[in-house]
Amino acid sequence: MYLYPKWIRLWHLVNAIMFIILIITGLSMQYTDKTNAAYVIGFAKAVKWHNFAAFILVLNYIFFVTGNLLTNNGKYYRIGEKHFFSNLVIQFKYYSSGMFKGEKHPFPVTEERKFNPLQKITYVLALYLALPLLIISGIGLLLPEITIKTFFGVSGLILTDILHISMGFLLSIFMIIHIYICTLGHKPTSLFRGIITGYHVSDEE
Amino acid sequence: MKLFLFRLFILSVIFNLFHLSSSGSTWIKGENYKVQDTTLFVSKFDSLNNRCFKCHGQERYEYINESLGKQVRGNMCSDRIIHKNDFYTSNHRSFSCTDCHSDEYAKFPHSGELRMEQKYNCIDCHGGDVKFAKYHFEEIEAEYQKSTHFKMEDQGFSCWKCHNPHTYKITVRNSTNLKTTIEYDNAICLNCHSDYSRFQLVSDKAEMNIIQKHDWLPKQASHFANVRCIECHTKINNDIPVSHLILPKDEAVRRCNECHSKNSILMASLYKFESKEQRRDGFFNGIILNASYVIGANRNEYLNMLSLIIFVIVIGIIAVHITFRIRNKHKK
Repeated sequence: MYLYPKWIRLWHLVNAIMFIILIITGLSMQYTDKTNAAYVIGFAKAVKWHNFAAFILVLNYIFFVTGNLLTNNGKYYRIGEKHFFSNLVIQFKYYSSGMFKGEKHPFPVTEERKFNPLQKITYVLALYLALPLLIISGIGLLLPEITIKTFFGVSGLILTDILHISMGFLLSIFMIIHIYICTLGHKPTSLFRGIITGYHVSDEE
Repeated sequence: MKLFLFRLFILSVIFNLFHLSSSGSTWIKGENYKVQDTTLFVSKFDSLNNRCFKCHGQERYEYINESLGKQVRGNMCSDRIIHKNDFYTSNHRSFSCTDCHSDEYAKFPHSGELRMEQKYNCIDCHGGDVKFAKYHFEEIEAEYQKSTHFKMEDQGFSCWKCHNPHTYKITVRNSTNLKTTIEYDNAICLNCHSDYSRFQLVSDKAEMNIIQKHDWLPKQASHFANVRCIECHTKINNDIPVSHLILPKDEAVRRCNECHSKNSILMASLYKFESKEQRRDGFFNGIILNASYVIGANRNEYLNMLSLIIFVIVIGIIAVHITFRIRNKHKK
């Protein structure tokens, strides 16, 4: 089943590459020390690459949101159907026990339902909450002169930074889980193949 | 929950966007630092000193020339002008002019020979005195003699070029506003290094543009407003209050990590006097947070720990999940 059109695959690829660069450079900035200046890539280079990758990531995000507005792809991210929370529990039970008992997917992939409920909620939180917060706080750190100086007596830069690294960390954790979940396809490599070729192979086929 | 998260998101967007539009120019202009108010200090030598300030306290002076029998007006040489307010807010405010200058100056017109008067250096008064021992003036002198500035002593460089004895006031040690201190201290360097007419008085080097020289430094304006020149341009010495070993330009700090790290050099320089009172709210180098924020130096150990725990839990769950998958496959 052809599920991922070219523009989605392009967005996903760019997003993945930029995210990896941002994680490596972000860690370098946060944890480089005088004694281990070579830690990953060093502060000065990390700053340059982090800024560059972030710029591409933001453009890519605009591309993604615009694409979702202009095409049908946006519908996959709409939350609000009936039994949403109970469906989340059903999907969670499948991942934690059902799949080991040989049960079938509770929400098999169709052209109408690309994501299962758990996938949908995490994608929405990641792409429409965490990522915008990450971008806004990133702009605040890139241009400290426009960041509010103090907020209820605490430095605005600290709050912006904590928000930035927290969102960065949560999205990195999301990425680890995302990659792992992608090994749960028909074969461990099926879903990876899907996002490259565009065709989804389900257990039922 | 969904509504709460949505509201939180919208609030943060509005909050940041509002700020983007409203406060763009304040940083570049710098904060409006107040010039330190004239203290209520009343010198016991006030009337005595006023005789000097009458001419030396402003740009123009006038006196009655008795031999000509008329009033004469003239311009005071710029390096002979000491503004009264500056003097009475300086470290040396309790002195009378003739404590350091010859009593002969009390007479007017001044004798021509007084021009040959040997001027004091810091160490002449502050050296070898137990009262000043805690400030380590002897070590400061030794550091200065190793500094790149000392090479210009023959051309007229001295302590006074940076620490004008008539106006200098201690800043960082008893600073209540670090930004003002930074501005004051950097102005001392810029006094010569951004004014070639003054720079030329002690050096034959060609004119240079400080801004261009620091082109490599990201966020230049931010750095200049938040750290002193000496943070990068001196060699740290923990035995003296403020490092005086000004390094040749090639030896200045250029590695970001020197400051942007857990063991930031700022803790031994700019924040030296405050670092003993570290804030204990989980931030490394927390004292920096009182005045600034330094990526890499200000990490929160609780958040570090929490993120590590979450990471380990996630990897653990994945490992357990993989184990069950493998066992399940074998069963089949």
